[in-house]
Amino acid sequence: MADPVPQAASEAIVEPTTVIGLDDVSVTFEIYGSGSRSIKRRFLRSVLGRSSAGDDADAKTVAALRNITVDIKHGDRIALIGKNGSGKTTLLRVLAGVYEPVSGTVTRNGEVSALFDLTLGMNPEATGYENIHTRALYLGLSPQEIEEREADIVAFSELGESLARPIRTYSTGMLLRLAFAISTCVQPEVLLLDEWISVGDALFLAKAEERLNQLVDRSSVLVLASHSPDLLRRFCTKGILLNEGRLMHFGPIDDVLADYTGWILI
Amino acid sequence: MTMVKAFPSEFIANASTDLQSGVLRWGLWGRLGWQDILMRYRRSVLGPFWLTLSTAIMVAAMGTLYSVLFQLPAADYIPFLALGLIIWGFINSILSEGCNTFIEAESVLKQIAMPKSIFVCRVVWRAFLLMVHSLPIYLVLLVWFQIQIGWSVLLAFPALLLLLGHALWISLLFGMISARFRDFPQIVASIVQIAFFLTPIVWKPELLRGRMLIVEANPLYHVIEILRGPLLGTPPEALSWIVVCTMLIAGWVLTFWAFARFRPRIVYWV
Repeated sequence: MADPVPQAASEAIVEPTTVIGLDDVSVTFEIYGSGSRSIKRRFLRSVLGRSSAGDDADAKTVAALRNITVDIKHGDRIALIGKNGSGKTTLLRVLAGVYEPVSGTVTRNGEVSALFDLTLGMNPEATGYENIHTRALYLGLSPQEIEEREADIVAFSELGESLARPIRTYSTGMLLRLAFAISTCVQPEVLLLDEWISVGDALFLAKAEERLNQLVDRSSVLVLASHSPDLLRRFCTKGILLNEGRLMHFGPIDDVLADYTGWILI
Repeated sequence: MTMVKAFPSEFIANASTDLQSGVLRWGLWGRLGWQDILMRYRRSVLGPFWLTLSTAIMVAAMGTLYSVLFQLPAADYIPFLALGLIIWGFINSILSEGCNTFIEAESVLKQIAMPKSIFVCRVVWRAFLLMVHSLPIYLVLLVWFQIQIGWSVLLAFPALLLLLGHALWISLLFGMISARFRDFPQIVASIVQIAFFLTPIVWKPELLRGRMLIVEANPLYHVIEILRGPLLGTPPEALSWIVVCTMLIAGWVLTFWAFARFRPRIVYWV
């Protein structure tokens, strides 16, 4: 993307810099039927030069995001609002760089970190310590950075000696505590959350909430998808309303929420 | 980082960035591949040496029987068979597990953006580690049959590098095709089975008495021979090196094109 043209002196307001910019981004999924996923059928079809009934109907495309243009700026706290299947998760994955759009451009200036699945890449047969290391490598940390953070993760998870056991022996609560401690060990510039994370027992919950709040506060951009208006009002200042992959409204959170509630009542 | 639609030059740059940064993350793929092996054999006493043991038993049993059937001296036949089976084991795991390169990484691919080639390196590294576990068999046979190897044994190193080069493109290409077409792994599996019998692993090429075309037209023969030959003290012919190198270049050109073209789609496919 080209640098913005210097503004005239009369408009001397300093615009916050764009952290993630989407320009006319579209994402389509091909919904594969059994036929279109078969290379044998594909081959036979091209050799015989004709298609049997039903073959063509196999490959359907579904537009998950349509022509989304949005500028996410430094300091933005954005709520993703929309019904199930409106494209919230897809948009988050585009922001995270997981899905490269079918058309349009994505520009990123900053480290983006997504907290979608806390147990990402965790291996049930490996010990807690081994999992800490593996995950840290997934996050791209150097061995030195891993060393630095390990003590913090161990302390925060409160798992003590259990960390030397394979994590398949853990209870759900223990597993979540470890996963949460590992997932939040790096402070991202851009934090993407698909639903607010809820963790473990009541005692740990308070601690986890505090840590998550810290993470949110220190990040320069937050994008949070949720169905809970209270939660969104608490953390977000702006809202993006999606419907069937289209951007319906991008503005102050209260306006967008009002728009959404008015609109689902119809 | 900017991604522009349907700009071939951009796609090519992205593909080579992916390959470079993926290979450089050796800490991650090294660990993943190693962990895969540990997991696979975690509950067994011998660990990955189970594979060594079963190969050793197979070599001993088949070696004694077939050297009689083929009327070949055991000292000649058994090392040949052993190396053939070990190298075939590697080729087999690449062809079959290479199909799962991206499918088995689905959950990670959909969560974070990372170089796709990491998972290719993981598959190849895992298969390589498994092959190394069979090294003791070779060493025992070397001493037992007093195989005469000269300096030409050093040719095994470039041969191994070529083998790994092939393993990488196959895992990448097959991984992509299988992610898109889910019946591809089955097709590969049935071809691999036939290929095992058509390739001189259990039988020696000399047994064909002159009808060498069936051997020389088989690319798998050359791939095995460039590694097996030096290790048995019989340096492979120039033809084998030429075939293997040519295929490596052709394979990578095709794979790189496919990777550049379809890399962004992989996450959508898995």
